Order: sequence, then structure tokens, then C-alpha cells
Amino acid sequence: MPQVMLFEQPFEPYAELQAYEASIREQHGAGQYGATASFVGTMRDFNEGDDVTGMFLEHYPGMTEKALEGICRQAVNDFPILDCIALHRVGEIQPNDAIVIVAAWSAHRTAAFDACRFLIEKLKSEAPFWKKESLASGERWVEKNT
Amino acid sequence: MTIQVRYFASLREKIGRDADEVNAVEAQTVEAVWQQATDGKAMPANLLMAVNQAYVKSGASVKDGDEVAFFPPVTGG
Repeated sequence: MPQVMLFEQPFEPYAELQAYEASIREQHGAGQYGATASFVGTMRDFNEGDDVTGMFLEHYPGMTEKALEGICRQAVNDFPILDCIALHRVGEIQPNDAIVIVAAWSAHRTAAFDACRFLIEKLKSEAPFWKKESLASGERWVEKNT
Repeated sequence: MTIQVRYFASLREKIGRDADEVNAVEAQTVEAVWQQATDGKAMPANLLMAVNQAYVKSGASVKDGDEVAFFPPVTGG
């Protein structure tokens, strides 16, 4: 079962990755995967030429979890992977905080890379999160999700 | 016989509230829910919508007890 979590406080993505990897070994037995691909998204202190001092990440409680679970399920169905995760921050965020980690485990690297790319692209286009940036001049909603 | 309506992010700020209730007898599609809740405002071109927390198109049907949500394009990750 892929893992989906939302964090209201800062979290350490690599510690979560390691903890989940240990649970995969327990669940499936040692030696069941040969490749792990992960993507971590971190908050910058600049965007569109402006300094950004902080950010609020709004989401749609309930739908967010369902969307992430659906995306993980699709990754497991569409790629030959053993397991995957999608973990995301919400609420008040400071520059340098981790925003998201997705990761996929598979026998060989191609499936892990492909599934990892799929997870983050799908999350960015479908999961109901919205970023509002704080600038020296005030606040603005992020409109381009590059 | 009501439908719960929810708004998020910049749309919530534009509309000035985060929720509405509309009559399920009068509004039978998502588009009709929007018209009734917003007093006939034009639907933004890039508006996203969900019924019971799953994405739908504006022509999707709705029924008593449904939760209909409207929001701008998502910007997570």
C-alpha cells in the first residue's frame, strides 16, 4: 500500500523516505527492489524575479488525500514498481522547508525514474493545493505552476 | 434538499466566502449550482470543479447531499 501523508509542520523528507523503505523491507522481504527514485521539492526564496519571504499552502482536506492516493494507485498500476509514496506539506511554509517528496521503488531504474516523474507531474497538475506567496509588497497567489 | 458548495484559494477570496448552500431541486448540474450560488456570475475559463471530492466537468449531474467544489488551477508540489 503506497503511503500518502500531509504535514502541517516542517518534515524531513529523507527521514520519511528511509523509514518507509524500512517498512517496505519488512512488508515484502529484503532484496525485493533494486532501484529507488525520489524527487524532493523545496521552497525557494525567489519567484518570478521577486524575493519571497514565506508561503501559505492551502488545500482541500479530504480531496487532497483522495487525489494523492489515486495518483499513487495509478503509478502502481501503470508502472512495474513495488511501491511508492507521496508526502506533502500544508499551511505556513518558510524558505528552505521541504514541500513535497515522491518516491518509487522497483526492480530496475527505468520504472523507478518513470514512476517518480509521473507522480510529481500528476501531483502538480491534479492534487488540490494552492500556494500563496508573501512578498515585501504583500501577498499573491501563485498562478504558474512551473 | 441541499447541496453544499465550497470555494478555495483565489476564487474564495474573489467570491468573499468559503461556502454556500443551494437547493438540489433547482440545481441539477454543476453549472446550475455555480449559477445559483454566484447569482449568475460568468464561470472563469480555467475553473476546476469537483463533486464529492472527485473532478468533474460542468455538465455533471448533482443530487441532494452532494458536495460541489469550485477552485482555480492547482499549484502544489
